[in-house]
Amino acid sequence: MKDQDLGHLIARVKEGALSRRSFIRKAAAVGLAAPFANQLLAFNGVAMAKANLPYKPTKAGGGGPLKMLLWQAPTLLNPHFASGTKDQIASRIFYEPLAGWDKEGNLFPQLAAEIPSKANGGLSADGKEVIWKIKPGVKWHDGKPLTADDAVFTWEYAADPATAAYTTGAYKDIKVEKVDDLTIKVIFKEPTPFWADAFVGVAGMIIPKHHFGEYKGTKSRDAPANLKPVGTGAYKFADFKPGDILTAERNTEYHVANHPHFDTLEVKGGGDAVSAARAVLQTGEYDYAWNLQVEDEVLKRMETGGRGKISAVVSGDIEFIILNTTDPWTEVDGERSSIKTKHPTLSDPKVREALNLLIDRDSVQKFIYGRGGIATASFVNQPAKFKSTKLKYEFNIDKANKILDDAGYKKGSDGIREKDGKKLKYVFQTSINAPRQKTQQIIKQACQRAGIDLELKSVTASVFFSSDVANPDTYTKLYVDMEMYTTTQPQPDPERFLNQFVSWEVASKENKWLGRNVSRYTDKDADEAYKAAQKELDPDKRAALLIKVNEIFCEAHVILPLLSRTRVAASVTNLMHDHSGWDVDTWNLAAWYRS
Amino acid sequence: MAGSTLASPSAEPVSGPAQTSAGTSPGRETWKRFRRHKLAMASSFVLGTLILGVVIGPWLWPVAINDIDFSAQLQTPSWQHPFGTDDLGQDLLARMIYGGRISLAVGLAAMFVATFVGILIGAIAGMSRGAVDNFLMWVTDLFLSLPQLPLLLLVIYFFREQLKAVFGVEGGVFVLIVVVIGGLKWMPVARLVRAQFMSLREKEFVEAAKANGATKFRQMVHYILPNAIGPVIVAATIEVSSAIIAESTLSFLGLGFPPDIPTWGRLLFDAKDHLDSAPHWALFPGAAIFLTVLSINFIGDGLRDALDPRRVI
Repeated sequence: MKDQDLGHLIARVKEGALSRRSFIRKAAAVGLAAPFANQLLAFNGVAMAKANLPYKPTKAGGGGPLKMLLWQAPTLLNPHFASGTKDQIASRIFYEPLAGWDKEGNLFPQLAAEIPSKANGGLSADGKEVIWKIKPGVKWHDGKPLTADDAVFTWEYAADPATAAYTTGAYKDIKVEKVDDLTIKVIFKEPTPFWADAFVGVAGMIIPKHHFGEYKGTKSRDAPANLKPVGTGAYKFADFKPGDILTAERNTEYHVANHPHFDTLEVKGGGDAVSAARAVLQTGEYDYAWNLQVEDEVLKRMETGGRGKISAVVSGDIEFIILNTTDPWTEVDGERSSIKTKHPTLSDPKVREALNLLIDRDSVQKFIYGRGGIATASFVNQPAKFKSTKLKYEFNIDKANKILDDAGYKKGSDGIREKDGKKLKYVFQTSINAPRQKTQQIIKQACQRAGIDLELKSVTASVFFSSDVANPDTYTKLYVDMEMYTTTQPQPDPERFLNQFVSWEVASKENKWLGRNVSRYTDKDADEAYKAAQKELDPDKRAALLIKVNEIFCEAHVILPLLSRTRVAASVTNLMHDHSGWDVDTWNLAAWYRS
Repeated sequence: MAGSTLASPSAEPVSGPAQTSAGTSPGRETWKRFRRHKLAMASSFVLGTLILGVVIGPWLWPVAINDIDFSAQLQTPSWQHPFGTDDLGQDLLARMIYGGRISLAVGLAAMFVATFVGILIGAIAGMSRGAVDNFLMWVTDLFLSLPQLPLLLLVIYFFREQLKAVFGVEGGVFVLIVVVIGGLKWMPVARLVRAQFMSLREKEFVEAAKANGATKFRQMVHYILPNAIGPVIVAATIEVSSAIIAESTLSFLGLGFPPDIPTWGRLLFDAKDHLDSAPHWALFPGAAIFLTVLSINFIGDGLRDALDPRRVI
């Protein structure tokens, strides 16, 4: 299994510029981290080879206006405060990281001259240091040059707890040193197999020291540049009305030759996903709309007009159900679903196993999500190397009935099963979103046929996904028996993503329900495997450990994965855009053009 | 003219000689007057059919409301599915019947709550002078200026679980919605009633009753209220429609009935993304709400004419 995965990656390396054989020889000379280096090279090799969207225009400008529609409107433009994807997308127009993630999960240099690798000396053998070379000749929008000082400052800024940056997690445990004007060194305390977090992707956007220098720490929110960004991006800031409209114009000094193609940029907010899809696909009022959580049926119908097209790219996002093994209906020390309690029936693995058999994943994919998701039994699906091949799903009502019969749950006069007076009646919660309500109904109907009664509950998305401590309906509180949502995997590596399965991340009143482990289920073996994976430099062993964490939770049927989601966006037919499931929609905006 | 109720234009042209035979009782008299209002009669028939349909419908059309059938998605009306199907292949007629019970019950019950509270407060304010009147009108103003949505959220967060425990899932939400909608829509009725009372209580016939020794309560119930009821009925009929709409707003916010309970408002909400390809899905619940609201309005119109004691037909 592992060999196959590795083989897949090696095949990718082969597609790249480097020969695998020569690389393995080099790696062997280095010693312990040879396979690790191989993985990194695989990343680099493909990134260099494919370079994403081929850029056709032969000169910068002349493309006219580009109009984007973000149906959730951006409200701020500082990438380090941008907790919402909408703000990250808007910030990325003006700011750039050292590298971004392309649609295949490869690193693609943006402000970096090259991607650090073993071969170019960017990565140390012990996995504790990364050296980044910054691209020479890059200028901020106000004409000042970009230097290593800006990168070092970005680290100081985001790592300072007083700044209260959203991205602080990527910076707080590292040290960054300036080597020379265009080189920085990132130093980790421990060997870190996944090093591409700081200065990469969403968390990595570099901000100018000469604009934010005075506003580090407690004064961070007062910086004028929070709403008037000065970055290095392909488009320069023109005007911004938070929650409504953002306009920008072409950066004539952009650091990539002949880029960008469009003269002006307009980002409009408001509306909902369906009307956004309509404005692009049917009326063509806008060129691009993101995050279209709409039934595929509806999108297909809009596409028939031929004005626009849908782009769906794979991502690590997963739509899944949590079965609550703690008791959501008993309050202990001021919180429900406390880990000190046990659910009367869902703590029985047989009930959970039966529920897993009652989800018709194939129909959900076929009739509701279409291109928006792929039915799966594994929590981690991308990159393929980390997907469990052992986990399988099945839809079988008879089998579920048999399991419940054998476990002693008998149907009562109302057709609902019970044992020792405890009925199989559950509240099933999710956010308001048409595909999710339909999925709920499909599951409810199957459960009915197995003698399980579900009460469906839907909470408006802004409440459900908020971190409001006072609200009982947020997803992290889990004050219900089961809930369904999508969790996003921000990087093409599942380590950070899988911290929602570890015991020290359990969401509770103590941590204001900010803990990442919403299911509250814990397992000693999973904890150990996760800790070991954090230090394991051998990519195969590391992948095996992370797969184990995933399998423990899925086999306990606490986490019931439904669909590996794709990211769906709409654009007019002649717009060429570079859509990646591993980075925000605007990650490579400079390369967009109209054909 | 203060105190007089305006006649409905639809009932204005009087044809034929006025006839009031001495022997008829007030009830028969009202019925006779009501019968002359053709639109009201037709509306009574439509509303009656709708109510009868949702009450006995499940016996005539015993199809499950949540039978998912992917082979019959978004079908247009046919013999098998007279109202077509939705995008999960569920039978729309069965869902309409089920949802109609809830929507109609919510609308009517909320109207009764709002009208009752409105008449009560309006009547007390209109009859009492000074401090009580001022206080009640102050309360009315307060309710009018309350931001309704945050208040709804608050009430629902506080009481949803308790009511659910007492009345069950649907019953609890029903009581809550009726109380909340009724409790937030009584203000216009109260103001109308108060204004009517203020002018009517100075009229000669009320003074005559007072001189005959009628208590305040008797004056209110037997003399003033029948004369003030016209506009109240019209206001109340409008409440029915706004209650049906308000229920769907709540469902939309995830605060009303669970999403799988197909109230008419919910059906409309679900259908909105498919308007271009499956208009029947929205058309039927939309038409049902439209017909209900329209017929209730006409019935209110007819009732007002019939109940107006000073109107000669």
